[in-house]
Amino acid sequence: MALMKVKFDLKKRVKLAQMLWLMYWFSIMAGVLVFSMGLFFKIELRKRSELMDNNESHFVPNILIGVGLLACFLSASGGKICYDSLDSTKFVKWKSIVKPFLICCLFFNILLIVTAAMCFAMRIPLEFTLAEGLKNGMKYYKDTDTPGRCYMKRTLDLMQMEFRCCGNNNYKDWFEIQWVSNRYLDFSSKGVKDRISSNVDGKYLMDGVPFSCCNPSSPRPCIQQQITNNSAHYSYDHYTEELNIWKRGCRDALVSYYGGMMNTIGILVLMVTLLHIAVMIGLQYVNTSLSTLVNPEDPESESEGWILEKTVKETFTDIMAKMKAMGKGNQVDEGANEEAAATVS
Amino acid sequence: MVLLKIKFPFQKRVRLAQGLWLLSWVAMFSGAITFAMGVFLKTELHRRSEVMHSMDIHIVPNLLMAVGLASVGINICAGKVCQDSLDPSRFPRWKTFLPPFFCFSVFITSLLLVAMILSFALQPSLEESLKIGLKNGIRFYKDTDTPGRCFQKETIDRLQIEFQCCGNTNYRDWFEVQWISNRYLDFTSKEVKDRVRSNVDGRYLLDGVPFSCCNPASPRPCIQYSLLDNSAHYNYEYQSEELNLYNRGCRQALVNYYMGLMNTIGPCVLFDFLLQMTILVSLRYLQTAMEGVIGQENVEIETEGYILEKGVKETLLETKEKMKKILQFAQVGDASAVTPDTQPDAEKPATA
Repeated sequence: MALMKVKFDLKKRVKLAQMLWLMYWFSIMAGVLVFSMGLFFKIELRKRSELMDNNESHFVPNILIGVGLLACFLSASGGKICYDSLDSTKFVKWKSIVKPFLICCLFFNILLIVTAAMCFAMRIPLEFTLAEGLKNGMKYYKDTDTPGRCYMKRTLDLMQMEFRCCGNNNYKDWFEIQWVSNRYLDFSSKGVKDRISSNVDGKYLMDGVPFSCCNPSSPRPCIQQQITNNSAHYSYDHYTEELNIWKRGCRDALVSYYGGMMNTIGILVLMVTLLHIAVMIGLQYVNTSLSTLVNPEDPESESEGWILEKTVKETFTDIMAKMKAMGKGNQVDEGANEEAAATVS
Repeated sequence: MVLLKIKFPFQKRVRLAQGLWLLSWVAMFSGAITFAMGVFLKTELHRRSEVMHSMDIHIVPNLLMAVGLASVGINICAGKVCQDSLDPSRFPRWKTFLPPFFCFSVFITSLLLVAMILSFALQPSLEESLKIGLKNGIRFYKDTDTPGRCFQKETIDRLQIEFQCCGNTNYRDWFEVQWISNRYLDFTSKEVKDRVRSNVDGRYLLDGVPFSCCNPASPRPCIQYSLLDNSAHYNYEYQSEELNLYNRGCRQALVNYYMGLMNTIGPCVLFDFLLQMTILVSLRYLQTAMEGVIGQENVEIETEGYILEKGVKETLLETKEKMKKILQFAQVGDASAVTPDTQPDAEKPATA
């Protein structure tokens, strides 16, 4: 029994072809949308590439760009086939191509689903990349005189202000690294000498953060230095102080920013997949309805359309049998060749 | 003598009507864009309204929005007139409507030029308004506990960060106000007592600025306090230090920003003005050319189109005469309304 058989007369066929042609235009636009979103995502990743580990992968945006272009191409071809299906003389040249084209569309839809899954799953490697990249970035904050790293300070400051975050996990990350360059430290002063001798690596560590961690919503002027020392500031208790500096860590902020972007893109790709599955089924109906005309000479005769000629199970066993036959055919050929070779030698 | 007479054969009339119809659609979009730009400018001015003292400058976006909307309506009318002009039976109904329509449209279109002129003329007013607004903002920076002023600190901080500026004219404006609230000053400490006593008003003044003045492009961590004291910081000289804080004043930054916006909007407004005037002139030609056709049996005759039937001076005199007549009629109307009242009074004493 055929799967989802529907009877078609001329009017219904024409209507189906017209609707399908319109839907193909939409899917071309959807393909352009996917392409542009891949491009946008790639640009966003590039913008913050300094804060990511060196081996950040642009795999997902590249796939999105490729899939978008392929979607446009397939939709344009499908639209042309639809357009020609209304004229039986023009449709003849497409008859042999339609079946392989539909199989291509099927594989393409599977690729779309895989792409959407990858969009959702990319969050995890991104989190690791950002953790590594931010840690290094903070380490190089003070190296404004080292070529190749001289803009790290500005990048980090601007990022902390834009994303309203401080440090990697939280503001305490700044206590563990030296973020004031030695050029600006007076090594003859007692304070500096004490701090440097207080730790193994000889780093100038302090319980202070850069100005970009300051929260403008705080009612009091920003306290950046001696954050954990309550007695250093009047009427200050760092345990209860919430608005002074940003509490969020920058890794969290960036992951949720990129994660939100990828979730949106993933949902859009899923919607585009649904559209493509719909047009694929529509094209199959157009194809089958045009090849089962009751009276092949009369274009106004009735016909039937279906998704699969036999049921799903039977189609599957058919395909398996075909593949086995192809495999056996190869073996028989090889056997014949061996015999021929044996007889020759 | 007629002003700028042009002969119009039938084909030319038809082409004029068709071209004008198309142009009126373009002008309708242009009017909508003018409206949108007015809305955008108003939104931008409104966003920073907390640091502006007076709202004089808002007249520019208001004018743009009003003219944009009016010109959409004018162009729809013009398109309708064009469509009807191709059918001589439908055109006469516009006869009485068109002259006041022209006066109104010319007035509205000239408002565009007025808006452009105002956008330049009001620049000193904008600067003054920003000067006062920013001065107050800096003065009330510390009042985060006073209702009505508690968001001044956040507003000024975000403004300085976004526009990359510090203070009103420059960063030294912060030295002249107390920007740290008394709530966070330890009045038992010697340093605070010295500073408070050192000036007449008893304010805590210091040579420091808020964190929002810090420039992220500086190679060294930001120096906010003791800015004028070279010895307070290692390897620091305030006279030659350029990148530590933002050098620009916020007043200059904001004036530049708004002038830039208005300079971008200016050419679009000018284009809209020229387009609208072209349409009005062409419509006038179409109207006068069609007037020659009304009542004629053969609609394909050649007619003349002009802008004014008589010269400019004569037209002005005629308009003045017309106005006088209308006023006289109004006065006579009043007088005749008055006399019936007085007559019964004259009669009454006679009877009594």
